[in-house]
Amino acid sequence: MPAANSAQSQGPSGFPQAADLELRNVSKAYPGQREPAISDLSLSVPAGEVCVLVGPSGSGKTTALRLINRMIPLTSGDILLGGRTVLESEPTELRKSIGYVIQQIGLFPHQTVAENIATVPKLLGWDKRRISTRVAELLELIGLDPDDIAPRYPAQLSGGQRQRVGVARAIAADPPLMLMDEPFGAIDPINRAHLQDEFLRLQELVRKTVVFVTHDIDEAIKMGDKIAILRQGGTLAQYDSPAEVLMNPTDEFVAEFVGADRALKRLGLSTLADVRLLAPNGARPEGPRLPLSMSVRDALSQLLAEGSRPLAVIDQDGTVAGVVTLELLGGVLSR
Amino acid sequence: MILAAVHPVIPNFGGGSSAFACERANRLFCPNWVSRNWGTVLWPALRQHIVLTVIAVAIGFVISMALALLAYRRGWLERPVMILTSILYTIPSLALFELLAPATGLTRATAEIALVSYTLLILFRNTLTGLREVPPEVRDAARGMGMGSTQSLLRVELPLAAPAIIAGLRIATVTVISLATVAALIDNEGLGVPILTAISNEVFKTELIVAGAMAVALALAADALLVLAQRVITPWTRVGR
Repeated sequence: MPAANSAQSQGPSGFPQAADLELRNVSKAYPGQREPAISDLSLSVPAGEVCVLVGPSGSGKTTALRLINRMIPLTSGDILLGGRTVLESEPTELRKSIGYVIQQIGLFPHQTVAENIATVPKLLGWDKRRISTRVAELLELIGLDPDDIAPRYPAQLSGGQRQRVGVARAIAADPPLMLMDEPFGAIDPINRAHLQDEFLRLQELVRKTVVFVTHDIDEAIKMGDKIAILRQGGTLAQYDSPAEVLMNPTDEFVAEFVGADRALKRLGLSTLADVRLLAPNGARPEGPRLPLSMSVRDALSQLLAEGSRPLAVIDQDGTVAGVVTLELLGGVLSR
Repeated sequence: MILAAVHPVIPNFGGGSSAFACERANRLFCPNWVSRNWGTVLWPALRQHIVLTVIAVAIGFVISMALALLAYRRGWLERPVMILTSILYTIPSLALFELLAPATGLTRATAEIALVSYTLLILFRNTLTGLREVPPEVRDAARGMGMGSTQSLLRVELPLAAPAIIAGLRIATVTVISLATVAALIDNEGLGVPILTAISNEVFKTELIVAGAMAVALALAADALLVLAQRVITPWTRVGR
């Protein structure tokens, strides 16, 4: 990304780079239904953070997402983007300033990758040269070769490539907010992990405010700066950082939703670099050597597989940085 | 039919007394007759036939498109339009000419009204189906990125419906080319004229064979042209994985 895309500057569209999002007592009731889809939902997402909406089906997480860009009209309450209510802007204008990624991606089959990515810039009336520069820049950003991929039609891409192009299309005009509705839901587990990592890397660079919907608590823990857990009827059960949700679930529902293995999930949030390792002291434990970047959870699994004996931890250069034992890992949770 | 009583019958289209041997012998196909009458009978008939067809398909296309777009936005319109166009489609062409002639006379307008009415069902149904088959997630993405309903229609939905619309145009065009030969009964033009002349002459059939073959060739050529147009307009339909 060009240097201009630092956190506070204006993006190429003149939109602010990222904006605070606030939902204030938002409710949505459909006529003829007794239960509201969303009731009195309030949460605020600071600029540049990823907020994951997670919950069982029927908890209204997709509805909540679609209220934000007014794909669904809200019944009461207010939504503020960058301090301004979204209810006052023209829906089409509002949506041009909000990136939108859905599970089925919805690439336009009759347009090339380049034309797909250019959708919003074209609607905003950018000139041709600016659009083609931006398209090439975005394709490189998502790790696809512009010369090869830009002239292709969506039918000529793999599932993972399509998903990446969908994300590139959503951020083409550099919107301050991105809405992502189960964006990796239709991708196989291996590629999904890959795309998640890639998106986190991309998010490091572009620092958008992101609202991300998933039904998968593991994905929520991985992707979210904060997690909003919704329950049936669209009420907020808990809104906290992943670590806090795992450590202190507010009630039975949240505890059950995050799963009985929540201690293990917490271990997944730290890496061996966060653990105070034993000094190697010339000792050379046998067995596999674990990289510092490995999650504590995976390290625990390795230790158990190796009969619980101490294992060496190595840094990027391959030199032994320390030794890890079961007791040490047990201590991580009590910190 | 009355002519059949006289024997032998030697047709005399623009030929005066200089009839060819094959004409006098009433062979099934007389190439000399064709070359002599190409400029005076067959070529003008072909041109008239093309004009009849193009006008009918163009008007039918505009009407069906408008109806299909209305029905796409207001679903309740689909049934009444389908019923009406189906009735029009099922009226035998001769009966329809018979019905129209007292009102609009033995004119090209009468022929066109009848021909247009046969295109409506096919074009309406294909256009509406094409629009309805646009994947919902594509429509959702268009809306979610800030397209208004007209922008979405023009930039996304209509282009994606194009293959179905062109498929309808192909059927409609071939149908009209074939029906337009019958239209010669009320409007004395098109390839139907030499065909009707030959039918009323029980012996000499060259005109019927040549004009009939020309109608078939015209239908094939028009169809090929539309296939070509589709390949140019919808390049994405030809890419495979």
